[in-house]
Amino acid sequence: MKRPIIDLWVGFFVALGIGALVFLALKVGNLASANMSETYVVSARFDNIGGLKVRAPVKSAGVVVGRVTAIGFDQDSYEAVVSMTIDGRYRFPRDTIASILTSGLLGEQYVGFDVGGEPEFLKGGDVIKITQSAVVLEKLIGQFLFNKAAEGPVQEGQGQNNK
Amino acid sequence: MLEGIAAVLRAMGGWVDDRITRLGVASRFFVLVLLHSGTSFRRLFLTIREIYFVGVLSLVIILVSGVFVGMVLGLQGYDTLQRYGSSEALGVLVALSLVRELGPVVAGLLFASRAGSAVTAEIGLMKATEQLDAMEMMAVNPVARVVAPRFWAGVISMPLLAALFSACGILGGYFVGVHLIGVDEGSFWSQMQAAVDFREDIVNGVIKSAVFGALVSLIAVFEGYDCVPTAEGVSAATTRTVVTSSLVILAADFILTAFMFRGA
Repeated sequence: MKRPIIDLWVGFFVALGIGALVFLALKVGNLASANMSETYVVSARFDNIGGLKVRAPVKSAGVVVGRVTAIGFDQDSYEAVVSMTIDGRYRFPRDTIASILTSGLLGEQYVGFDVGGEPEFLKGGDVIKITQSAVVLEKLIGQFLFNKAAEGPVQEGQGQNNK
Repeated sequence: MLEGIAAVLRAMGGWVDDRITRLGVASRFFVLVLLHSGTSFRRLFLTIREIYFVGVLSLVIILVSGVFVGMVLGLQGYDTLQRYGSSEALGVLVALSLVRELGPVVAGLLFASRAGSAVTAEIGLMKATEQLDAMEMMAVNPVARVVAPRFWAGVISMPLLAALFSACGILGGYFVGVHLIGVDEGSFWSQMQAAVDFREDIVNGVIKSAVFGALVSLIAVFEGYDCVPTAEGVSAATTRTVVTSSLVILAADFILTAFMFRGA
């Protein structure tokens, strides 16, 4: 086969392959939405982070405003330290509450921001003071059973009194 | 009795010894190919011609199998997911399984049987008909002139083929999931975009396919260059190329996956 035809076909092939990669990157992956130009980092301390993972979204009012970048353990206070990169376009009051929530019943866990009312905004390096830990389903069920068991005899006792 | 056991042991030892020696020869050959790679890029047309043979001519089989694998994933995935009431996650299932695993691995297996065997047969026949010796007589290094361009063509083509396979598979899964079954189109794409990460999933898939491309090409050119220069030897070498590269792809896939996706 002649050289220009081979060149043409190989060029076609390479263009097609790069096109497929671009398709995967933009349409399948989240490259387009993932790059936040200006960001700042805030951290928060939690008693229990449940199943939170690095790269989990940070949401406020359901909108993704940042990502979890690192999760560490504080040896002194025995708390989890979660660092989050927040999109520079969004600013939050200093008394914003960070809580760990679950999307759906069995979905992934994310950090939710409940916006406070203070006039000053969080800056890079700030620590969010008020936090709410993840709800651990086992603990919740245990508590529920414990409460049931605690109130069970009282109700029976009331029944006997009425008799 | 004892002598029989000894003979079996000797045969096993000889076999292992033989394999390890071949691995050593192949590794030395790999270094030799890398050392003589300059020509493949200085005279770029040598490589481009090989990309035509291993890449462009593999396009049809890769594209068609990609579409069908994606369509099957769409059907099977929907069947399982709808039991848990989460059929919207079909896009995630199709995209992640294709981009992470099936794209590189199945494209690699197809590439090994479509292109690897052809490369082995070609080089083997060149050796059997003493073309390689003739080149050496003319002071043309056959490793630089024949082997290295084929090796690099495989390394370049494989990631592109795997990406095309994944893209076609996702479109196939999209066609079956959204148009035939009726999964919501918006959630199909948006859940997929939320779950597939560029760095973690797509780039790792590309790295995998490049590694598979290098392994398959190396095995193919080595088996061809090292074959017994007879008709029988060439056919045995071609078979060995397909068998060895398939096994090596699957084993390397396990190792790479263990490194890449340990679940942070």
